[in-house]
Amino acid sequence: MRIQLRKICHARSGDKGDTANIGLIALKEEWYPLIERVVTAEKVQTHFQGIALGPVERFEMPNIGALNFLLHEALGGGGTKSLKNDAQGKTLGAALLRMEIDIDDSIQL
Amino acid sequence: MKQFIRIASGQGFWGDLLTAPIDQVEKGPIDYLVMDYLAEVTMSILQKQKRRDARLGYARDLIPLLEKILPLCVERNIKVVTNGGGVNPRSCSDAILDVARKLGIKSLAVGVVTGDDILGRLAELTKSGDDLRNMETGDSVSSIIDKLETANVYFGAQPIAQALAEGAQIVVTGRTTDTGLTLAPMIHEFGWSKSDWDRLAAGTIAGHILECGAQSSGGNFSADWRSVPDLAHVGFPIAEAYPDGTVIITKHENAGGAVTLQTVKEQLVYEIGDPRNYITPDCVADFTSLRLTQEGKDRVKVDRVKGSEATRFYKVSMAYLDGFAAFGTLTYCWPDALEKARAADHILRTRLADLHLHFEEIRTEFLGYDSCHGPLAHPVEEPNEIVLRIGVRGPDQHAVERFGMELAPLILTGPPGVTGFAGGRPKPKEVISYWPALLPKSAVTPSVTINRL
Repeated sequence: MRIQLRKICHARSGDKGDTANIGLIALKEEWYPLIERVVTAEKVQTHFQGIALGPVERFEMPNIGALNFLLHEALGGGGTKSLKNDAQGKTLGAALLRMEIDIDDSIQL
Repeated sequence: MKQFIRIASGQGFWGDLLTAPIDQVEKGPIDYLVMDYLAEVTMSILQKQKRRDARLGYARDLIPLLEKILPLCVERNIKVVTNGGGVNPRSCSDAILDVARKLGIKSLAVGVVTGDDILGRLAELTKSGDDLRNMETGDSVSSIIDKLETANVYFGAQPIAQALAEGAQIVVTGRTTDTGLTLAPMIHEFGWSKSDWDRLAAGTIAGHILECGAQSSGGNFSADWRSVPDLAHVGFPIAEAYPDGTVIITKHENAGGAVTLQTVKEQLVYEIGDPRNYITPDCVADFTSLRLTQEGKDRVKVDRVKGSEATRFYKVSMAYLDGFAAFGTLTYCWPDALEKARAADHILRTRLADLHLHFEEIRTEFLGYDSCHGPLAHPVEEPNEIVLRIGVRGPDQHAVERFGMELAPLILTGPPGVTGFAGGRPKPKEVISYWPALLPKSAVTPSVTINRL
């Protein structure tokens, strides 16, 4: 079955200079291995094509069932330099939750 | 030694809910009130204020706030720790003592942490030519040294802990890490050593959970935001800290909001880099070591935190002038709102080009359509209205100013169904850029003084 990440995750995002960070958290801890397997740095890079102009890094936090992504060069220069309405990347967490993934039909949502 | 202490977050940034610190003091028992006022941009705003008036340059909201809460803080022995001293902690301390006198308070000790401001020492600190390189780009500081507005070292918890040990009831600092504000009371109360890395990391993580105010107690909560009760009266987070490094995140019972595993997790992942190496002046904390447990309603326990030795460096944040920018908006209504906004953008860009105005960047966004999610935004058929938002940035102030004069003419000389230009011409504002760098800890010494009433 194909679902949007929002069905199984929540997220918060913010900024460090021109880099945005997105913490992606499994809504149930048992779903963490699934997102760890599926939501790779490459997949996130492709998802944010045209937004993250630099590389995407991923860090795992299995203790809280979360992944942390760094999207480099994603904020139009960052700080007061950015001309973006969302200069601090506050809405990029929700943008990641739009991602569609294929999951096993046996998973109870 | 106390069995535990309660450290309450009062502000997540300068401009946060003004009633929050008052509620923290009045709605239940706390031992410490910590308030973070300093975003990076705040420092340059404060520097401007200080240049205009040498007695300013600190978070002025702090003074009327203390006027309200100081009597109760003194009566209940609640200590206040804040980095609201900005670029002028000494004047901040003077203003606090003035308020205390006005309130008839007989005795008060205000601790002041200084030494973080290195703007006046840059020539000496960059003598070798290799220091203060941009830690992201590797560029030499010489390219921006003449344009610097502020240059501050981030101090950690230790100078604040020293001020508390010397009897300070209020501690004001300049640039201090947000996490240090929360860690310092634990070091002071529990006598943690400077190399007790696990406990220092535990206090640092507690500081990270508290540093953005209600973001850990139900604010900006993405999982099930409708479930958070009474955000109108949201309770800011409180860290109930124990000598062994265990911390329980909670809030006052009679306040709104919620403290759950999910609200705390969202704050844990907020604005972090490598979770195994969360670097502060006090230690390096490992966010992948901690364990979270829901202990009861609005009580989340954080324990098992591991930390490691602090680095030999302080982080330095420098702000410099980097040109000018301006923004303007116009609202286009149904029908064809998006098409009309796009046509207006095209007309404006043609006129800017005809005027030979050059910018580093011109950015157009359509609010109501793509300003948040850009190319990920799904198409909208026939929106009721669209806000056209155009921003320009460049080194030439006159070009940026002229852009501001080209927006309003679109009302009578562009596509129809346009409104929302009540704010007048967009004015150029200075662009402040940041220069992150490292400085060996041996190059700077924090100074702690206690001013007594």
